[in-house]
Amino acid sequence: MSEVLLELDNLKTYFTVTKGKVKAVDGVSFTLNRGESLGLVGESGCGKTTTALSIIKLLPKEGQIEGGRILFEGKDITHQTEDELSDFRWKQVSMIFQGAMNALNPVKRVCDQVAEPILLHEYTTKKQAMERVKELFELVELDTNLMYSYPHEFSGGMRQRAIIAMALACHPKLIIGDEPTTALDVMVQAQILDLINELRGKLNMSMLMITHDLSIISDTCDKVAIMYAGRIVEMGETKEVLSNSLHPYTKKLISAFPNIYAERKMVDSIPGDPPDLYTPPPGCRFAKRCHMVGGKEVCQVEIHPPLIDYTGKGHYVACHLWRNPDEY
Amino acid sequence: MNTENTNIVELCQLEVNFKIKQRFYEEYIKREKKIVRAVDKVSLHIKKSEILSLVGESGSGKTSTGRALLQLTPVTSGSVLFDGHPVEEKNKGYMKEFRKRAQMIFQDPYQSLNPRFTVFDIVTEPLLLTHSRATLAEKEVLALQALEFAGLRPAAEYLYRYPHELSGGQRQRVSIATCFIMSPDFIVADEPVSMLDASVRADILKLFVRMKEEKGTSFLFITHDLALAWLISDRVAIMYLGKIMESGPADIIAGGCLHPYSQALTSVLSIVGEQSRTKRIVLKDETPSPLHMPKGCRFHTRCPVSRENCRIEEPEYREIEPGHFIYCHYPGKIV
Repeated sequence: MSEVLLELDNLKTYFTVTKGKVKAVDGVSFTLNRGESLGLVGESGCGKTTTALSIIKLLPKEGQIEGGRILFEGKDITHQTEDELSDFRWKQVSMIFQGAMNALNPVKRVCDQVAEPILLHEYTTKKQAMERVKELFELVELDTNLMYSYPHEFSGGMRQRAIIAMALACHPKLIIGDEPTTALDVMVQAQILDLINELRGKLNMSMLMITHDLSIISDTCDKVAIMYAGRIVEMGETKEVLSNSLHPYTKKLISAFPNIYAERKMVDSIPGDPPDLYTPPPGCRFAKRCHMVGGKEVCQVEIHPPLIDYTGKGHYVACHLWRNPDEY
Repeated sequence: MNTENTNIVELCQLEVNFKIKQRFYEEYIKREKKIVRAVDKVSLHIKKSEILSLVGESGSGKTSTGRALLQLTPVTSGSVLFDGHPVEEKNKGYMKEFRKRAQMIFQDPYQSLNPRFTVFDIVTEPLLLTHSRATLAEKEVLALQALEFAGLRPAAEYLYRYPHELSGGQRQRVSIATCFIMSPDFIVADEPVSMLDASVRADILKLFVRMKEEKGTSFLFITHDLALAWLISDRVAIMYLGKIMESGPADIIAGGCLHPYSQALTSVLSIVGEQSRTKRIVLKDETPSPLHMPKGCRFHTRCPVSRENCRIEEPEYREIEPGHFIYCHYPGKIV
């Protein structure tokens, strides 16, 4: 089961603007095994969506992959042509987009939209495609009588189910979920997360879950990678990272979420703003907001600390002071 | 009267209905009326310097309650008492004072600020009502104070910026400064942190708690996030389909709730770093449409422990412990 499905090797995606280049993703590396799920967590603007869009080449035209490699099943897919892509998207990798409310076309019937990738990527007749849509609707627990409705007749949760059905249409090996539950209510979110977990087990898919909500990670992901300012700062098994976090940013981020089972105390905030990615600071990108630095030169002068597995338990961290700030 | 001194806001059987526009035939010939009861006979009270959280899913009527309370949506029936005085649109003299003392913070800081106004214009706009003769210099001083309090430091640097130059957290602080410049006694905060990142959220919440503690401001904190409600409020009220299902001290969220709906909500709450401790109760289906309100208890269609009686008789909103109200025939822990 430990076969590598997706590997990102020092991926760099920059956006060209009039002033120069915004380094949205600057050296991201991770591997994702078959059947595994990885959570990519970070605040807005940290490059998590850009990473996902780089994988399926949906970057806006200002965005360019400037370095690094993306390997899918051992094949380099960094610079694919449109022809190769059409064989890759939906069939190998599909995406659940952010904002269930707006991801469907309002003037087309839901079944036609779900059937669209099937008709495009598999040589089937419309009738066969509709049969498949019916199967998919059953899979995501939607009423098949609603197949011929329009998106406005669906509630938010139903639309999200339809989008998941669409993502599953061509039996992909990897699903990228870009904030799949952000716009939904707590109860609907629980329903959708349960559905995703169940389907992943049933169909043995890998998943890359992008979210800003750390609290849903422990329910859905085997591994987690915390991103900050275009880089991964900490990565490892979900349980290990969340209970023994080593990076100060992760620690702060965890304490920003309330725990209703613990003592009632005010959540923490992280003072300051993330750095400007047009001219990122030398040294550690988090140094300016870090509570552990306190004038430590090593953080501000050197290059950004590399992501290293110090503990030998598959728990990677990019911090000079990971062990103890007083050692420096 | 004793209550006049302790309660800043009292809602008594508040009802907000919205009429659905229909086709000509149904509207004028058949004279059928379709009405959505967004808020259905809600009674609430908020004490002075207290934060009350109103929690619910979308469509539960929590925003309508907040807006009706400030007379931003017409009230169909029932009454709103503010500091013992009835708040009504026709009572012009009192409305002016009410508008000064009760303020609102809106959800989306990206849309609630006028993009053509500078921060100074936005923050000092309410002063047109109270300090209409103030000079520019006086206004500037007040604006600086308000911004400083809202955590935009140095305030002078932000005074002549436009909203597009600010981040989401900074914009929400501008909204708070606008609110604060009136030194209100009562604020309705409608999902003030739902658009913000987790790292910025805490600062805004701390600001509310500080306002409560230093100035004695009362809050109606409208949110969909139970954990946040638990964190900052003194009391919580959980709403479903226009009715309050359960209300009581904030601690009820952390295990003490007895209504099946609140138990389901708290059981699906994800906590960072740990699997949920209690058994997850995931409710099936969707919230029914408020156009076709279920008979009897309005939660019975999704209730995991509903009984025969729930389908027939509507439960009363009753007090089961001092300060702990519940709308359910058979309150108790679900096993």
